[in-house]
Amino acid sequence: MSMLDRKLMRDLARLWAQALAVALVMACGVMTIVLAVGAARSLTETRSAFYDRYRFATVFASATRAPEALAQRIARLDGVAAVETRIVKPVILDMQGTREPASGIVVSLPDRGEAGVNRLYLRAGRLPEVARRDEAAVTESFAKAHRLSPGDGFRAVINGKRRDLTITGIVLSPEYVYAIGPGDMVPDQRRFGVMYMPRSTLAGLFDLDGAFNDVVATTERSAEIDRIVESIDRLLEPWGGAGSAHGRDEQTSHAFLDNELVQLAAMARVIPPVFLFIAAFLVNMILSRLIALEREQIGLLKAVGYSSTAIAWHYGKLVIAIALVGLAIGSAVGAWLGHGLTVLYGRFFSFPFLIFRSSTDLYVLAGLVTAGAALAGAAQAIAGAGRLPPAVAMRPAAPTRYGGVFGLSLLGRLFSQLATMALRHMLRWWRRTVLTAIGVSLSTALLVTALFSFDSIDAMIETIFFRADRQDATLTLAGEASPAAVHAISGLPGVLAAEPFRGTPAVLVSGHHEKRITVLAFDSGEDTLSRVLDPALDATELPESGIVLSERLAALMRLRPGDEAELELTARDGRIATVTVSGIAQAYVGLAAYMAPQALDRLMRDGPRISGARVLVDEARLSDLYAAIKATPSIAGVALQNLSRQKFRETIEENIAIMTTVYVALAVIITFGVIYNSARIQLSERARELASLRVLGFTRGEVGKVLMIELALIVFAAQPLGWAVGCGFSMLVVEGFASDLFTIPLVINASTFALSSLVVLAAALVAALIVRRRVDNLDLIRVLKTRE
Amino acid sequence: METEPIFQVRNLSKVYRTGEVEVRALDDVSLDLFAGEMAVLLGPSGSGKSTFLNIIGGIDTASSGSARFRGRELCGLNERQLTRYRRDHVGFVFQFYNLIPSLTALENVALVTEIARKPMPAGDALDLVGLKARMHHFPAQLSGGEQQRVAIARAIAKQPEVLLCDEPTGALDSKTGIVVLEALATVNATTGTTTAIITHNAGIRAIANRVFTFSDGRVSPSQINAHPVAPSEVEW
Repeated sequence: MSMLDRKLMRDLARLWAQALAVALVMACGVMTIVLAVGAARSLTETRSAFYDRYRFATVFASATRAPEALAQRIARLDGVAAVETRIVKPVILDMQGTREPASGIVVSLPDRGEAGVNRLYLRAGRLPEVARRDEAAVTESFAKAHRLSPGDGFRAVINGKRRDLTITGIVLSPEYVYAIGPGDMVPDQRRFGVMYMPRSTLAGLFDLDGAFNDVVATTERSAEIDRIVESIDRLLEPWGGAGSAHGRDEQTSHAFLDNELVQLAAMARVIPPVFLFIAAFLVNMILSRLIALEREQIGLLKAVGYSSTAIAWHYGKLVIAIALVGLAIGSAVGAWLGHGLTVLYGRFFSFPFLIFRSSTDLYVLAGLVTAGAALAGAAQAIAGAGRLPPAVAMRPAAPTRYGGVFGLSLLGRLFSQLATMALRHMLRWWRRTVLTAIGVSLSTALLVTALFSFDSIDAMIETIFFRADRQDATLTLAGEASPAAVHAISGLPGVLAAEPFRGTPAVLVSGHHEKRITVLAFDSGEDTLSRVLDPALDATELPESGIVLSERLAALMRLRPGDEAELELTARDGRIATVTVSGIAQAYVGLAAYMAPQALDRLMRDGPRISGARVLVDEARLSDLYAAIKATPSIAGVALQNLSRQKFRETIEENIAIMTTVYVALAVIITFGVIYNSARIQLSERARELASLRVLGFTRGEVGKVLMIELALIVFAAQPLGWAVGCGFSMLVVEGFASDLFTIPLVINASTFALSSLVVLAAALVAALIVRRRVDNLDLIRVLKTRE
Repeated sequence: METEPIFQVRNLSKVYRTGEVEVRALDDVSLDLFAGEMAVLLGPSGSGKSTFLNIIGGIDTASSGSARFRGRELCGLNERQLTRYRRDHVGFVFQFYNLIPSLTALENVALVTEIARKPMPAGDALDLVGLKARMHHFPAQLSGGEQQRVAIARAIAKQPEVLLCDEPTGALDSKTGIVVLEALATVNATTGTTTAIITHNAGIRAIANRVFTFSDGRVSPSQINAHPVAPSEVEW
């Protein structure tokens, strides 16, 4: 090892605490890259492997009842590779040992051979046999939640008839990787399941012999999906399928996975630069100081014949060594967390297998980016060392010039001499002061970003469950019924109140914007169970005519009150009606559109009808109600508000808890890294000054104060900036989360700002106190004798 | 002993600008140094002797004039060429030793032998200054005189043609100073290295072959010392 390298190793050993603090900040950046990109790659790889091997459809459509012959016409469409017609219907699952009824979907399997599209992965057992009309396969997540295995029996209400079924197999489908039940915001494996039965059995049960109500197709790589979607729409239009065809982008499971990937990508884009910026700044600070301290050594090296390049490279290697430590720590932690995150996805999403991508290129990339950022931070200092002429380097640097900036001499009369020293020092090195403050503010910002989600989710839950949808359950009828049906629902055991609603699927069209929505019609008012909220979150009545859109839907469609839009009524063979946007509502779930009941009835031209009812339930009689629902064939679906809320809270809070822990750790590392280094550098620069003060008779406390005043001012000044940046980050997060499934409101409570600042202040205090101990232990004689 | 001149300096001037102040550190200096001689440059602080040494040593540049080393013009060399010149031909000894605190005595010497063209073993150089026994000590574990002898060992280890010493005894007491001067005299005698010593201590002139006196940036004609004495006889 060359002597310069030996010096390097000893310098590193001496500076280990500062170097480690910087390396940890770098590690955070590397970790985020490795974690987010790694998990995104694993997720993408797993998804596409599952999709490819099990032939996941690219086009989806449904109808009321379409003749089987249509399948061949769809198959002949240009670009279509394979077509599978199916029967897909909602069912109610009555699971033993579970009080509340579960919702389900039954999907048909071809009588002969394997499905050409959306194949099933068979985890255990076998697929149901055609001849056996009481056999079914169920999805793995549902089976796990209920501890079901092949051979077990369960009961389902299929098309109003109760049937006892035997499970033959446990399966997974690319169609239900993310399986979400009606009325739920996150998957609840206990209350939602998908089951598969032979086509002929279902055709008999639903009276769909020689017909289908659902079709899926795969397409060739070069196919134009939009044109195929249009063609299928036209073919299905006479059969109740107008406007139902869509690509993968509108398939719930796929769209949700996509959203997750977008978020991971956003994380990889936004967070690492924050850390790398701070790391670059810290490297700059440390190296500038080191080079100032080694000024004469640099002069000597040059005098004995080392070139400027050799000296620059020497310091460059020091920076690279720190970056390598950061890279190693960040890569290890990132890979470990990335693996954990992928496993977590494996639980949250139903994949038959997980593919972990270990990507060497990612580490190389992270390494280059980190070393690059570090060297960029060091560049100025290193170039300075290279430029320093040897004869000048051998002389001590000229004393720092302080100025009477901003009338500080006047301030001097207001503050003690010690405070004036601190202020002058801050202003003299204003660039460093500003950067230190920015570094601290970024950690506050990260904490705000981590903690605001609790506020926002609380606000969201409050709005959805306690302001808008205040019912306990929503019952959906098997078909539309006369308004009198609400009396039958009111008569169910335990029902205290029932409010009818009508819902119809439609496609909202405005210009070239198009969205598949459900139009809901019900009476909304101050005292109704279910209420439409205006943008200020107050209950509002629905206007007698026109349509009220949720803020997100209106924004997506570029519609404003007073605008006209077209409504393609799927249930009316795609008849197109013109509607006027009569208001904007605030709804965080789904793409909501509301109409007054009379207005929708007029639009549908079939008199008053209802699709179901929202009910208020006597908690004490819940079991009776559940039993009655399971026994009432005309109720096709049930959404339980309380359980949805609980599950939502649980899932979100589990996720947020993990994220918060990570963010708090990151913020503490940044704060500590910035404050510790800044204090160490100050101490190094001012050791002589501080020791002189001690010699002059100032106490340790007073001398320590000079250092503390400056740090405290920086940390406090950084807080408001941190809050502002935190709001910005939070807004990005909220925007990243927004999907057609739900949007999160941006709500940040004052307590969140306070808590964020407290954590930062605490971390800063610990870092400062560690350095203060060094002030207390200053070796007066040695410091004063040292030439500088 | 006087042969061809190893340095030929003509009309050398140097003007420093520190902030708003202009300092004429060197004013029209001309002199020759000969191979193998021991020269002492006398003068009070600020007289320009260090600037002169720095320029002929290639760590500073002149404002005007000419300084030739073995006939080669030093003024006007670029940074890379100056680095090369220092690396191949010059050994430096400074008043404050300028050892690298994180390297041991041996490693400080090896720092130079590593990049030199025909160095002697680092241990031999330390032996020459009587420090072989302490070669694994860090600078902080050595006395001032020992540190300066390490610096001399470092300077001579590459077997330079010239050894330039800027106040080598300035920070030392008389006893230690004599030990250091003895080390320099030994090197000069055994290796024939041209040696220039800057000092403000007039007593040291006795060990030189020739003495130059600097004042206010100017140099007076050299005084030849026909009978140099041993350092131990120097009156401090």
